[in-house]
Amino acid sequence: MSILNTQINPRSDVFQANEASMRHEVMKLRELTAAISQGGGEKARTRHESRGKLFVRDRIDNLLDEGSPFLEFSALAAHETYDSPIPAAGVVTGIGRVSGVECVIVANDATVKGGTYFPMTVKKHIRAQEIARKHRLPCIYLVDSGGAHLPSQDEVFPDRDHFGRIFYNQATLSAEGIPQIAVVMGSCTAGGAYVPAMADESIIVKQQGTIFLGGPPLVKAATGESISAEDLGGADVHCKVSGVADHYAENDAHALQLARGCISRLNWQKRGQLKMQAPKPPRLDPAEIYGIVGTDLKKPYDVREVIARIVDDSDFDEFKRYYGDTLVTGFAHIHGYPVGIVANNGVLFSESAVKGAHFIELCAQRKIPLVFLQNITGFMVGSKYEHEGIAKHGAKLVTAVACAKVPKFTVLIGGSFGAGNYGMCGRAYDPNLLFMWPNARISVMGGEQAAGVLAQVKRDQHEREGREWSAEDEEAFKAPTRDQYEHQGHPYYASARLWDDGVIDPLQTRDVLGLSLAAAMNAEVQETKFGVFRM
Amino acid sequence: MSQTPHTRTRQFDTLLVANRGEIACRVMRTARAMGLRTVAVYSDADASARHVREADEAVRLGPAAARDSYLKVEAVVEAAKRTGAGAIHPGYGFLSENGGFVEALDQAGIVFVGPPASAIAAMGDKSAAKARMADAGVPLVPGYHGNDQDDALLKTEADKIGYPVLLKASAGGGGKGMRVVESGADFQAALDGCRRESQAAFGDTRMLIEKYLTQPRHVEVQVFCDSHGNGVYLFERDCSVQRRHQKVLEEAPAPGMTAELRREMGDAAVRAAKEIGYVGAGTVEFLLDADGSFFFMEMNTRLQVEHPVTEMITGQDLVEWQLRVAMGEALPCTQDELTITGHSFEARLYAEDPDQDFLPATGLLTQFAMDLEGAGLDPARVRLDSGVETGDAVSMHYDPMLAKLIVHGDDRDQALATLNRALAALDVQGVVTNRAFLQRLATHPAFKACDLDTRFIERNEATLFAPKQYSIEAYAGAALVGLNQLARECESDSPWDRHDGFRLNAPHSIRIALCDPAHVQDSEDADTVVVVDGTRHSGEALWTLTIRGETLTASLQPLAGDAVAVTLNGHRRRLQARRDGNVVVMVDPRGETRLFWRRIDAIDHGHHEAESTLTAPMHGTVVALLVEPGQRVEKGMPLMVMEAMKMEHTMTAPADGHVENFHFQGGDTVGQGDVLLEFAADE
Repeated sequence: MSILNTQINPRSDVFQANEASMRHEVMKLRELTAAISQGGGEKARTRHESRGKLFVRDRIDNLLDEGSPFLEFSALAAHETYDSPIPAAGVVTGIGRVSGVECVIVANDATVKGGTYFPMTVKKHIRAQEIARKHRLPCIYLVDSGGAHLPSQDEVFPDRDHFGRIFYNQATLSAEGIPQIAVVMGSCTAGGAYVPAMADESIIVKQQGTIFLGGPPLVKAATGESISAEDLGGADVHCKVSGVADHYAENDAHALQLARGCISRLNWQKRGQLKMQAPKPPRLDPAEIYGIVGTDLKKPYDVREVIARIVDDSDFDEFKRYYGDTLVTGFAHIHGYPVGIVANNGVLFSESAVKGAHFIELCAQRKIPLVFLQNITGFMVGSKYEHEGIAKHGAKLVTAVACAKVPKFTVLIGGSFGAGNYGMCGRAYDPNLLFMWPNARISVMGGEQAAGVLAQVKRDQHEREGREWSAEDEEAFKAPTRDQYEHQGHPYYASARLWDDGVIDPLQTRDVLGLSLAAAMNAEVQETKFGVFRM
Repeated sequence: MSQTPHTRTRQFDTLLVANRGEIACRVMRTARAMGLRTVAVYSDADASARHVREADEAVRLGPAAARDSYLKVEAVVEAAKRTGAGAIHPGYGFLSENGGFVEALDQAGIVFVGPPASAIAAMGDKSAAKARMADAGVPLVPGYHGNDQDDALLKTEADKIGYPVLLKASAGGGGKGMRVVESGADFQAALDGCRRESQAAFGDTRMLIEKYLTQPRHVEVQVFCDSHGNGVYLFERDCSVQRRHQKVLEEAPAPGMTAELRREMGDAAVRAAKEIGYVGAGTVEFLLDADGSFFFMEMNTRLQVEHPVTEMITGQDLVEWQLRVAMGEALPCTQDELTITGHSFEARLYAEDPDQDFLPATGLLTQFAMDLEGAGLDPARVRLDSGVETGDAVSMHYDPMLAKLIVHGDDRDQALATLNRALAALDVQGVVTNRAFLQRLATHPAFKACDLDTRFIERNEATLFAPKQYSIEAYAGAALVGLNQLARECESDSPWDRHDGFRLNAPHSIRIALCDPAHVQDSEDADTVVVVDGTRHSGEALWTLTIRGETLTASLQPLAGDAVAVTLNGHRRRLQARRDGNVVVMVDPRGETRLFWRRIDAIDHGHHEAESTLTAPMHGTVVALLVEPGQRVEKGMPLMVMEAMKMEHTMTAPADGHVENFHFQGGDTVGQGDVLLEFAADE
């Protein structure tokens, strides 16, 4: 037991200013999320409703157990990415409880461009399947999609992680014993037809769901045969004639009821085993995170203040407290689940990198999940550090992070720059889930540093050529780089491109991590085998 | 008076209680307190019943059916001999008013805790009893008590008395073999039914007929006589609240009773007892008319179910009196020494469903408890006489009464308030009971206002069984209780098990549909189905609920056990809450709310079973098939009679049509849900 104390004064001006700025960001995030949840606009919604179809989020609500949490992924996907808005990339994904089992749900939103697959739609669908694989979660596909977005064919069809990967995943997930359930609640045309066809069990809604490789217009063009969609590939055809679907649903609600039934018959058992404690809320108020962190990445704070507001009972057993203290490592519980926490508290030095590697080895050995709280400008630079071998020490941390097979969860709570991103389990290091706070920024280095580096190169060039470069000229040169980095490093920009699994309200971090940890426990915690550590 | 209080002419140190359930437990409690060794008897169905567990010794009588066990005289006598029991207390029902049993005990030299066989015989035959009472100057209701049992004659006698008349088994009691006949047209059917029940219950088909008073109260007098010629009355009980002549709520003293009338009725009752040479505890039942005139109905020659209300107001232990009298002692008190203190109620808890015509219920009692402390009740004022505990099974074989809740107050209003509070604190789960119905009775304005007669329940049917109107608050409470129960039922600490409707970057969100359990199959957009939408922000306890366009704030705090506090718009209420399958049950002293917790898509869309079969509503025995297969019947016509829990249940035609075939014959035992017959409705 080591209960963290706080040094925070919630009445201070700094706290108040931080709190106001973070609250502003959170409010913007909530408003944007609410707008996105409305899908493809009033007209499309009216049309959808008039067909007796439920909206995608209502479908999910009806599918879930009463009161079930829903941990939605990447609601901001495709945000300001295409010429016209594609809210949530036209597909809602997330983890929810169905018949007592945590499932990954992938649900097309037909009000968004008929549910067609844009490049980000494909990426989001595949990411959801990856999450299902990593966490060993049954998949439920609520299909209502016109298939690939044809004008974007070069970005959705040919490559490895394009449309075909969805079905590859269905096959290989099923092979791993991860159930694949499809509910056909609208069109399933062309490639889309393989979603129910590849499923372990499929359900189709009468007069709504259709499955065919070629729709009536294509059939007419190809063979001259004139046939209605329902007669070509409706529920009656597939339940009574073709056998493509297994269960016949009267309407959306019935279909979801049948899907719940399918899940209830999985004989599902969680395989993860952690030594749990009774969950306790943090002693310190999580709402104070806003005022501690604020939105100015340059203002330092003690990351323990954040940890104390996320972990059970604010109880944090720190490891190597007085060594390499720019990296905080230690054991805690979140919602009763034991975790090892790795959190930045300044720039990474050799000692902090080695300490981090040591701690990750401990967690991997004990099969304790890791939580990375990332707020890192990078590794220290300069001759002293290069000479002491900070590159190889950093490599140890990166090796440890890369190889650790325990569930890993990363939250970008501030800056995520350069090799710091690698050492702190950035996207490339395959964390189970990765989330960003709205104040976070991500780029290869800070905008100011990047502009400075480029300006230095430019200045050298000027000097070689013996030309003057005024301070004003240099400033004008740096501004676009700074702006570009600020724009591209923004969480919304990152989340729109699925560099993360979602931007989250810092206040919900504890719950998000708890839900994620619990979901991860569907899978067995793997043995870790580390690579060669450069000594 | 020739009282010799400490002289015992008959000694015994071991008492066998030839009964089961609450009364066996209750008798043994006093017996133990008096230093007697206690012996229970049991049927196979009761091998581990509470009365067996509580007894010092217990002896098996036979199979479950009462006629093979508790009614088997030789087996009971043999049990007494085996255990060296010097006396037998019969309780009520079973052998308590069986003269043959008393004679068998006399021959075996075992003391019967009750009156002599001659007194039982005198009162057991109701017709003869009335004649004798008339001679002794006890007022009688006009009627026919003759031996000629010809159908036509009985009908003529009934016509002569004038309808409505009460048809009653001469050998009967406890509401069995008894029916009100409203008109001559119904007479024959009623007579047949009564005779069948009477035959089954008492092995005797003789009937008597009486004028049926339209506004009578049932007021009975507790009498006690010893073997030294002393007799006293321990005042009266009002048992007017009855259904099917089965008492439901009893109280003492009777509301509105004057000292004069009390003395008059008491004297008449003692006179009746002495007339037949009575010894022990007995009850003389009267009908009390609005004008203060009273008529002798019958005398029960045993301890009554409702004796505790008398104990509460007199401070006497009637079982102790019985045992002392049986030992030959004189009565512990003289009439002058008996006084009334305060007011007492008794509510009978039955395993039955008042909303389904009081159909008896069976099952396993997963919970049977009363939290007196939590409900703020004084243990000295509340008594629960029960024959069951948590974990006990309620079988089809015996009377469905589970327990009696008895309360005492300084006056009627206070006692009634305590009764309501205690009924709310009674936590019975696993078996359907009339607990909520008792609450509706006890909170009924007419009951509070003492507007009583034996047809109280029928008269107030509209309000006692009113179609349920639930407030917005009830739905709000049920939604939160349901979620809380879901979370409680989960075994793990996983945050997925909190059922808190977590949503990312948005308020938590819940959506629950509720309806009256009677409307489970209604479609989700029916008026009967109410949707509760709720939101709350992360880290806050207060939900904002929207129900039928109204918005309110709500929170729930779990308390000890099943208790929770639900706060709606700042108004905090404590209640007992649980989930009974899909039904959320909430109980507070103002009543019980049961709401079916359904998914929005709760209807089983794929279910289209035709109503072409009739199934057994409960375990029981087929008594008679009333039509032939293929015979044309009209909707509502009786097709088959089955008996369960000693009551008859008639299966009627669901439509015009005919029975395709019967799956059982008379005498067959059927299980709950068994298909009894196949019915083909006309096209």
